[in-house]
Amino acid sequence: MKGIITVLGKDRVGIIAKVCSYLAEDGINILDISQTIVSGWFNMMMVVDLSTCCHRFEEVVDQLNSLGSEIGVDIRLQREDIFNSMHRI
Amino acid sequence: MISRVEVQETNKMIREANLDVRTITLGINLLDCIDTDINRLKDKIYDKITKNAANLVKTGDEIGKEFGVPIVNKRISVTPISLIGSSCSTSSYVEIAKTLDKAAKEVGVNFIGGYSALVQKGSTKADKELINSIPEALSETERICSSINVGSSRSGINMDSVKRIGEIIKEMAFLTRDNSSMACAKFVVFCNAVEDNPFMAGAFHGVGEKDLVINVGVSGPGVVKRALESVRGADFETLCETVKKTAFKITRVGQLVAQEASKRMGIPFGIIDLSLAPTPAVGDSIAEIFNEMGLEQAGAPGTTAALAILNDNVKKGGVMASSYVGGLSGAFIPVSEDHGMIDAVNAGALTLEKLEAMTCVCSVGLDMIAIPGDTSAETISGIIADEMAIGMINNKTTAVRIIPVIGAKVGDTVEFGGLLGYAPVMPVNSFSCEAFIKRGGRIPAPIHSFKN
Repeated sequence: MKGIITVLGKDRVGIIAKVCSYLAEDGINILDISQTIVSGWFNMMMVVDLSTCCHRFEEVVDQLNSLGSEIGVDIRLQREDIFNSMHRI
Repeated sequence: MISRVEVQETNKMIREANLDVRTITLGINLLDCIDTDINRLKDKIYDKITKNAANLVKTGDEIGKEFGVPIVNKRISVTPISLIGSSCSTSSYVEIAKTLDKAAKEVGVNFIGGYSALVQKGSTKADKELINSIPEALSETERICSSINVGSSRSGINMDSVKRIGEIIKEMAFLTRDNSSMACAKFVVFCNAVEDNPFMAGAFHGVGEKDLVINVGVSGPGVVKRALESVRGADFETLCETVKKTAFKITRVGQLVAQEASKRMGIPFGIIDLSLAPTPAVGDSIAEIFNEMGLEQAGAPGTTAALAILNDNVKKGGVMASSYVGGLSGAFIPVSEDHGMIDAVNAGALTLEKLEAMTCVCSVGLDMIAIPGDTSAETISGIIADEMAIGMINNKTTAVRIIPVIGAKVGDTVEFGGLLGYAPVMPVNSFSCEAFIKRGGRIPAPIHSFKN
């Protein structure tokens, strides 16, 4: 199953490192990353593959949320289907 | 692959414009529960609901979390109870209402609809008993919603029932007088009621439906308003195209959620109801869409045209996004559940008469309107008769959910709480229709040709 992770917040050292280490620990493979920083605001989108993940999808959603609160950014994981449904016929 | 812009667009809709799936409603057929013994009937109803809806709330919450879109309500609709109770030797249907309420609480849904009767052409003994029991049933339960269909384009309007419903609305207002006459907010009277409506208070599981079915109601007035902000001042073609595109996107989310819920629960998908349903939150309002279209307030000249544009283009955009569209599909225009409508009433821009005109082109009808508690039962019946006539003649669903708030007068504000919001008490035309309502009988079916 594919998911989209979005990270939004004030830029600081180590955001990508923290998120990526978490994903690696959980067996989540990163398929694509795009990222920008505008006026000090960090905005990242990742496409990830959760087929080898050791946790259930909603557990990963919760864990990423709490990781976000820990490092002071907003991290969300959503299933890719919602974006495909809305933007592709 | 999905681009960042697309991801941001979707997430902005959810975070900033209140995009949500308003309800997943599980329709449950209760015809196989019919029994002559009231206790066996109650047990069968309770067992069927709690068995089939056990995972409804959990499934809805899980899907909401995985897609990152709120699924606000999880609800149940059942076969009209007047049919289920008709062979049962009981003098009161209230016991069945209490069983439904208990089952709703057990599975954790916030409303269960179907305490209903279909009396468009005439009432059976069971229909009459159910109608008479509605005030007690709604005041003694928490989660029951009730609806009565009193008219249709095929069969006319049952004016005996319209008269009786004016009286029971007064009764239920009185019985819940300490709680803003709240029972009336859980009761709706229809013309041309639909059998697959997922929205309360009018949801029931029609007899032409499968045993179990998942119906989903989408929402998103805030998303439409945001989209229209980007085409401010553009012509009507652009306006309509923008509403269509937005409705398409909103509906696709509903379709996805419905299919996923259907798959996980092993219950067939029924329909998507393409309704724009407002909430009292700022940014989730139909009236704000009117403002964005160029009207100073909802109710200003042009409002009916604006609503017609909105309603028609929501359908045009939504129909292609879903494999099955049904329910009420359109724009709801409740007063208490829409802060922009409330503001318009308070500013003197929106009257009951203008709302009635608007119901000719919108999804349903006069919805969540508070009127003075001393309004007579006949006047309420007169308001219902007018609204039913609009539905009957125009081949559309119309409805009335009106609350004569005991002890309240014009200008007071009544608090209903939660999604039901708050409402200013609106003035009602004070001239009498008593002799008209007292005639009794039935209005014959209208002619279906010579349309002018």
